Amino acid sequence: MAELVSLAEGVAELVHDGDAVALEGFTHLIPVAAGQEIIRQGRRDLTLIRMTPDIVYDQLIGAGCAARLVFSWGGNPGVGSLHRFRDAVERGWPRPIEIEEHSHAGMANRYVAGASGLPFAVLRGYVGTDIARHTSTVSTVTCPFTGEVLTAVAALNPDVAVIHAQRADRRGNVQMWGITGVQKEAVLAASRSLVTVEEIVDELDPRPDAVVLPGWVVTAVAEVPRGAHPSYAQGYYDRDNDYYQSWDPISRDRSTFSRWLDEVTAG
Amino acid sequence: MTGWTADEIMTVTASRTLAGRTSCFVGIGLPSTAANLARRTCSPDLALIYESGAIGAKPSTLPLSIGDGELAETADAVVTVPEIFNYWLQPGRVDVGFLGAAQIDRRGNINTTVIGEYAHPSVRLPGAGGAPEIAASCKETIVVVRHSPRTLVERLEFITSLGFGDGPGHRAALGLRGRGPVRLITDLGVLEPDPDTCELTLTHIHPGVAVDQVRAATGWPLAVRAELPVTEPPTAAELTALRALTTRSSTRGGGNG
Repeated sequence: MAELVSLAEGVAELVHDGDAVALEGFTHLIPVAAGQEIIRQGRRDLTLIRMTPDIVYDQLIGAGCAARLVFSWGGNPGVGSLHRFRDAVERGWPRPIEIEEHSHAGMANRYVAGASGLPFAVLRGYVGTDIARHTSTVSTVTCPFTGEVLTAVAALNPDVAVIHAQRADRRGNVQMWGITGVQKEAVLAASRSLVTVEEIVDELDPRPDAVVLPGWVVTAVAEVPRGAHPSYAQGYYDRDNDYYQSWDPISRDRSTFSRWLDEVTAG
Repeated sequence: MTGWTADEIMTVTASRTLAGRTSCFVGIGLPSTAANLARRTCSPDLALIYESGAIGAKPSTLPLSIGDGELAETADAVVTVPEIFNYWLQPGRVDVGFLGAAQIDRRGNINTTVIGEYAHPSVRLPGAGGAPEIAASCKETIVVVRHSPRTLVERLEFITSLGFGDGPGHRAALGLRGRGPVRLITDLGVLEPDPDTCELTLTHIHPGVAVDQVRAATGWPLAVRAELPVTEPPTAAELTALRALTTRSSTRGGGNG
């Protein structure tokens, strides 16, 4: 059974310096509050994994939490660049960051392999591109049945996966719906998992379109209302597009970002 | 002065290429605007597929991201990200992939990764996202960009998504199933691959645009097809539909990135 914890306890217990941490959520249900708690607790030397590093990863990178980033698309969706990410990659501020990049199809399949207990996954991908030349976790494999050469990607098994969901019950069974991205795979691929939820309820009403993670595959659950803001939680609140726009000028400049960071760590 | 902007004729021209198509894998930004316009004009039954897992999305406004709530709420089906790539994109069942690009070369190869040296880039771009496999696996690809010598470049420093590679036969030699970029639509005209060389060649020019202007905005010596039709101007109905779409969306404080 998953343990019910506060957000601060969950991060303190499950996310350690040097860990490979995957915070997943594909536009919807991004675990932003958990990411900011990692900043507040001052974690360092993390390998941050995420298909679509967006604002919360810009914040983690700008705060100096990350030594490495494993990803497939890094931007502020609908707005433009991630300025803290670019500053780290282009100029090594606040510290140099090593990157390992993939395509979405590759990252998704790496999680599938990790969740499946396999060392790699097979796909038709990356062919003819320069991505594989810079990434040691893409290779080829020959089909034993047809002889066809296909792309192989190494399994991804994070130390800890962090996701946000709509609801959980008191035994830690987690329920989420809408766009559920790659969160189930991330939790099942990881050694430990922390799930923040909009609310903890006595009984989960069955929903035909829901993804359910049984409490016995989840390490800890924390109730964090609006924990996905400025992304959204379907059925609870909408995406805060103004926040995404307002992040651009805050993040563009090291001093405005540093003031933002002081406020977050003080609060 | 004409009654429409360069962006509007680009988007309208792009939307028309979706007439008669069944399904379109949609990138965000300019391609998303054109695909959503097509559903309101020439292709009402077009299934819009977004990499977030929304299949058959019917948003009433332009989504700001590829995972907006309205895409999921209006979709025929919402699937996981591994499923959208493995079951829906990879086998080649999607008619058209609609992509944008930071840079594109004369053979339709796309860069969205870095400008400059990979290890020490002068500009770090967002990266691949879904594009490499969209470009590989859709039956064909259509690319929409604003025409500029910084975008249409002679040589790429990084190929994120393959067009025709080095030229004829390259895609087939690599085992790619899709035909590749059959059309590049810009705010100045339309470029299509030459059947013999695969080089993107100017085949249509938008009304009021001079060929020299297109040449000046292209980073390689542009080939121009001998017979160069002028694009049909946007109709009143197309413009009304497009403006309704972009106005509704901008009132939400959105923009395309």
